[in-house]
Amino acid sequence: MSQERTTIDQLFQQEFSKMVAVISRQFGLEHIETAEDIVSDTFLTAAENWAEKGVPENPAAWLYVVAKHKTLAHFRRGDVWQQKVLPAVKAGMDTEEAETDLDFSAQNIQDSQLRMIFAICNPAIASESQIGLALRILCGFGIDEIAAAFLSNKETINKRLFRAKEKLRTENIRMELPPEHMLDARLDNVLHIIYLLFNEGYYSRTQDVILQKDFCLEALRLGLLLTTFPVTAQPRTYALIALMCFHASRFEARQQAGEEIVLYEEQDETLWDRELIAQGMQFLALSASGNSISSYHLEARIALLHCQKEDTPEKWQEILALYNELLFIHYSPSAALNRTFALYKADGAKAALAEAEKLQLEDNHFYWVLLGELNSKTDPAKAESHYRRAYALAQTVAEKEGILRAIKRL
Amino acid sequence: MKEFALLFRQPSYDHLELPEAEQAALLKKWQDWLGGIAAQGRLAMPPTRLIPGAGKVLKPGGVVTDGPFVEIRERLGGLTVIRAENLEEATTLAHGCPAIDYGGSVEIRQVMG
Repeated sequence: MSQERTTIDQLFQQEFSKMVAVISRQFGLEHIETAEDIVSDTFLTAAENWAEKGVPENPAAWLYVVAKHKTLAHFRRGDVWQQKVLPAVKAGMDTEEAETDLDFSAQNIQDSQLRMIFAICNPAIASESQIGLALRILCGFGIDEIAAAFLSNKETINKRLFRAKEKLRTENIRMELPPEHMLDARLDNVLHIIYLLFNEGYYSRTQDVILQKDFCLEALRLGLLLTTFPVTAQPRTYALIALMCFHASRFEARQQAGEEIVLYEEQDETLWDRELIAQGMQFLALSASGNSISSYHLEARIALLHCQKEDTPEKWQEILALYNELLFIHYSPSAALNRTFALYKADGAKAALAEAEKLQLEDNHFYWVLLGELNSKTDPAKAESHYRRAYALAQTVAEKEGILRAIKRL
Repeated sequence: MKEFALLFRQPSYDHLELPEAEQAALLKKWQDWLGGIAAQGRLAMPPTRLIPGAGKVLKPGGVVTDGPFVEIRERLGGLTVIRAENLEEATTLAHGCPAIDYGGSVEIRQVMG
């Protein structure tokens, strides 16, 4: 790959979402596809030009100038200019400003991106589509990358994005921050989508490790972007960032061993990223204000305890208490299973077995892994039959291999 | 599924005078018991604990008194709402409640839907 090529790929990832946000903010979200086309076209021009003349000293600024020209040229040709821009000018707006102002200042880029986050993470759109749009518009991933992550194909993803953008139009979604009384609920939705985005990378079934990592990093970046605005720099925003840091710290170790229940114990902790753990702790400290505890606070504290490899009874008592609290706020099968695993580590297999049998999660392979583990000392034959059921339900190679290792240990 | 309120009553709240370690053990009992219900996806709202002792009772005619709040032996100490198919199942879920270990009771009442 040539030098220009890698530079352009990196720039595309960094700048695509910024430029689309700025153009969409100026001309309206209904022109988001035009904005995407203009920005893609700008990168084509850059590729041609830079191959010939070399990469300019400040490539981002170069891209902004070209995008500005292309944008203004486009909208001058079209009806928008007639119907939207000119009336605004006549209504007394500064002509100079209306005509040429496409503001690529750092401040406007950030403001536009924040508005775009709220526009896309909108409960009017199906959450799967929100994630798809977020990956494309907020993170600048290519259609093939998104398709790979969803184990889908380009056509399906294109269709899904098209429908999502249509929804932006029909629901008349604007690039605005939600009104103050709705901000809390809307921020919850934004944080939820960022977390799903992170999980899409973290638990992705694609084999493409670099792509998985990129998804996680982009989710972190969006979280950090939210911290630059007072309205979105809330304790639970910091808690989510802390949680993502703690999870991401185990990224390398997971590649080799896997994350869940039994597999976790096989992780090589020397592969954990200490720097990310330290950063996570700083964000966790920032999250400790206000008087409401979000599920992100609880999950972050659990994840931090998992960053401590030593198995002390106190650690597992603490994890158990946190999972209890998490379940008080929000039930999920994985929280229920992890809670029961924590109960096992804290109070023993007998106590945990009684609770496990009440969970009614027969379709979940971790449920059978858990039952296998809980029976492993007292009834190996039963344990093996549980592991076999888990094996039949497991989806990834790593999970299946982990289960086979557990059977061998019996 | 229907919703049922579980009302926890105890004759005394002397345990609050217990040494810290024993209080922590008791808290764990409650948390683990409620966590077990929550892990079955049956908790409809986070449990609520009432601070014993501190409170007032308002009666007709603007009469305000301190506790005891009602003329019964056991005082309300907390409540939660769970999901269950019927009253029988809700009662089964209420088994194991730590209040019972301390001579208290759980009142199970369907929430009007």
